[in-house]
Amino acid sequence: MESIQYTVFLLGAIFCAYRAIVAKRILSATIYLACISALVSATLYLLGAAQVAVMELSVGAGLVTVLLVYAVSVVGDDAMDPASVIPKPLAFGVVGLVAVLLGWMAFPAVRITAATGSFDLASSLWQNRVLDVWIQIALIFSGVMGVLGLLSEKVPGAKEEVEQ
Amino acid sequence: MTFTPLNIVLFGIIALLGVGFYGLLITRNLIKIVMVLQVLIKSVILALVLAGKLSGNLGLGQSTAATVIVADTIVAVVGLALAVQVRRRLGTLDVPQISSMRG
Repeated sequence: MESIQYTVFLLGAIFCAYRAIVAKRILSATIYLACISALVSATLYLLGAAQVAVMELSVGAGLVTVLLVYAVSVVGDDAMDPASVIPKPLAFGVVGLVAVLLGWMAFPAVRITAATGSFDLASSLWQNRVLDVWIQIALIFSGVMGVLGLLSEKVPGAKEEVEQ
Repeated sequence: MTFTPLNIVLFGIIALLGVGFYGLLITRNLIKIVMVLQVLIKSVILALVLAGKLSGNLGLGQSTAATVIVADTIVAVVGLALAVQVRRRLGTLDVPQISSMRG
């Protein structure tokens, strides 16, 4: 039963990822991206990472989707994706080769017996990885600067042209 | 090969990574590139949690994944702000066209 749930969620995420990439309209791709976030957070929940699943659902399917819709509304309807420079069969072949090599290297790792002993998220984050918390604070500060850049209406250099 | 749930998750992670890399190769629109990076980072989050589960230290995997989620969001915000400003200044989001511009 658990295998079926994993298969359904991950196949759905892969399908949505492919549709998000090949979609011509960016707004449709945004909706597919939100679906990927929801399906990935369901998979995280099944893996036992409930806190991260909630974070992924609220941030990935909520905040990032809102930001993407806002950006698409700012740049307008002409934000279409032009045809690719690299031929698609070549890109597909290269990516397939990389995926096969990655799978060949990664699959033996799953057979390793799970080690015992664990920390919960709170003690792991606030005691063992305090540096991560500080990095997150710095990242959030730079994100606020990014939001200001996203929301600013003024085009740099426009004032000088008016004065001249 | 037996298909345990963790094997299926690993298959899914590699497939998501593959789709993300494929998108990164064929995409030219700046906003779409930000979206493809989101797909890639989602597979990385799954891989971190899976590694934590396999090593018996799910808390460590979760805390690292939480950091990656924050970094992923900031990448999206800064990338979108950059894309919007590029669109306002240059009138296009096509990366090869932007690269060929001078001045």
